Amino acid sequence: MTAKVQDNNQDEEVTRRNFIYVATGAVGAVGAIQVVWPLVDQMNPSADVLAVSSLEVDLSAIVEGQTSKFLFRGSPVFVRHRTADEIARAEKEDNDDLKDPEKDSDRVQKKQWLVMSGVCTHLGCIPLDQQGDFGGWFCPCHGSHYDISGRIRKGPAPTNLPVPKYVFLNDNTIKIG
Amino acid sequence: MASKKFEPTNPAVKWVEDRLPIMNLVYGTLGAGYDAPRNLNYWWNFGSLAGFMLVVQILTGVILAMHYTPHVDMAFNSVEHIMRDVNYGHILRYVHANGASMFFVIVYIHILRGFYFGSYKSPREILWFLGIIIFLIMMATGFMGYVLPWGQMSFWGAKVITNLFSVFDDLLGTDGAIVRLLWGGFAVDNPTLNRFYSLHFLLPFVLAGVVILHIWALHIPGSTNPLGIDAKGPQDKLPFHPYYSAKDLFGLGVFIMIFGAFVFYVPNILGHPDNYIMANPMSTPAHIVPEWYYLPFYAILRSVESKLFGVLAMFGSILILFALPWLDVSKVRSLRFRPLSRFFFWIFVVNGIFLGWLGQASLEMEVFMGLTVFDFGQISTAYYFAYFLVILPWVSRKETPLPLPTSIAQHILDKNAPKEEV
Repeated sequence: MTAKVQDNNQDEEVTRRNFIYVATGAVGAVGAIQVVWPLVDQMNPSADVLAVSSLEVDLSAIVEGQTSKFLFRGSPVFVRHRTADEIARAEKEDNDDLKDPEKDSDRVQKKQWLVMSGVCTHLGCIPLDQQGDFGGWFCPCHGSHYDISGRIRKGPAPTNLPVPKYVFLNDNTIKIG
Repeated sequence: MASKKFEPTNPAVKWVEDRLPIMNLVYGTLGAGYDAPRNLNYWWNFGSLAGFMLVVQILTGVILAMHYTPHVDMAFNSVEHIMRDVNYGHILRYVHANGASMFFVIVYIHILRGFYFGSYKSPREILWFLGIIIFLIMMATGFMGYVLPWGQMSFWGAKVITNLFSVFDDLLGTDGAIVRLLWGGFAVDNPTLNRFYSLHFLLPFVLAGVVILHIWALHIPGSTNPLGIDAKGPQDKLPFHPYYSAKDLFGLGVFIMIFGAFVFYVPNILGHPDNYIMANPMSTPAHIVPEWYYLPFYAILRSVESKLFGVLAMFGSILILFALPWLDVSKVRSLRFRPLSRFFFWIFVVNGIFLGWLGQASLEMEVFMGLTVFDFGQISTAYYFAYFLVILPWVSRKETPLPLPTSIAQHILDKNAPKEEV
């Protein structure tokens, strides 16, 4: 009984030893995080991978109604020269029931040039050009349908095909990235 | 289950044993020191077969690693170099590639043996957990190994599977940071291949470690048996060696003949021809399928028309196994005495095989009465989860089991008793 009472007293009193325990534990925890972080961060893209950052595309070679694919950072980018008919359709479908609502005008800088990622937002396959129920792209892997603006319309993909950063260097050249 | 102690007579062996009782460990786990139930049938052969396949995979894998080059420009050609130039290289690679399939067949049977005979029930829950962990490590290892030849299926399989983790990016709003961490780049590329190679080499040894824990946990209560009742005394048991070592060895002989038939006669039948085309990040094959042993889970993924829930359903379909000991509340282990549960179990097995078939079929294909592969995928996925979440909890509470034998020995005596003449 007496021993138990003494124990209780010790619990309540903050001793020098309690402080050392907590301080050692805290330093150890911070140290462990510092050791673990480099072990995890080494998996992130390395400097040379990050350095490959931009791609220039000559648009004059792409005729109306044609989609060209370019390899950018290990994945394809689609550049489509859209016809007037396709532009009209894309804008008309702005008002349709969209899974990831976005206006066509927000997805292009010049209406005839649709520049977007060629990687399905579901699980990363490359959608096929001018196929599917919406006259745009169709991903054969798990059946996602995209329209002529690259917006997801049907299937498991959650979002539209993303538009990468690009600028027009002149009327016939864009720089992606 | 306490095992008998190894008593060496040879003084040299005794000298070693006194300092490191390693022979005693083997004697008590796989030798005459381990008393196993005397009524084990051939379904109990698959544990040792799986152990055998792990050894085969590590041995052939370490050798293949001596001839393989983990670089996107050279990996594909180095595999062709193994196939054409390295002495016996084609056999070693075919053994390794088909070995993975054989390993999975064996492990699937081993798991279903556990389902049927209630091996997951008390007091073997931890043993069951370790088995699921082994299965998960196997799946990760098999997947990464399939990427190494850097063919079209390797590349696109890697892309699809790593993209499964993008649901966590979507959830956390990290904009692809998790997937980039996995890839080491902006797409599946050289850093991805390198890390997969490193992990594919490492994980089998982790697996071997968990296998040791699995066997350790097995020897606490000892093996289950087809009757599912506890072995009570020496009349219910037989020493593992020579009785089950011999029985397992016979099974191994039969298995090696089947394995050999694949390796020597149809080595590519379980693979996909597109993997003999070098990886091309600009072109997705028209029809991506994973290795056959992932197909049921792939079918579950495809059956849910939401990326997040599809991925969760796929992972959940395996993780749900952890809950199995508590979903099935029946005190009776063996389905021999639970006819209704047995009926649903066999539907579960057929449904699993059907899911595998669905996993490789085109989603839009019509199967029966206007229903497509996608529709059947939803039905089969529903049954898969209903089996665990509805059927097992319900049937195990409601079903009246058949009378259990009083002991293993008594059951054998009754079975072998001469029929009384009238």
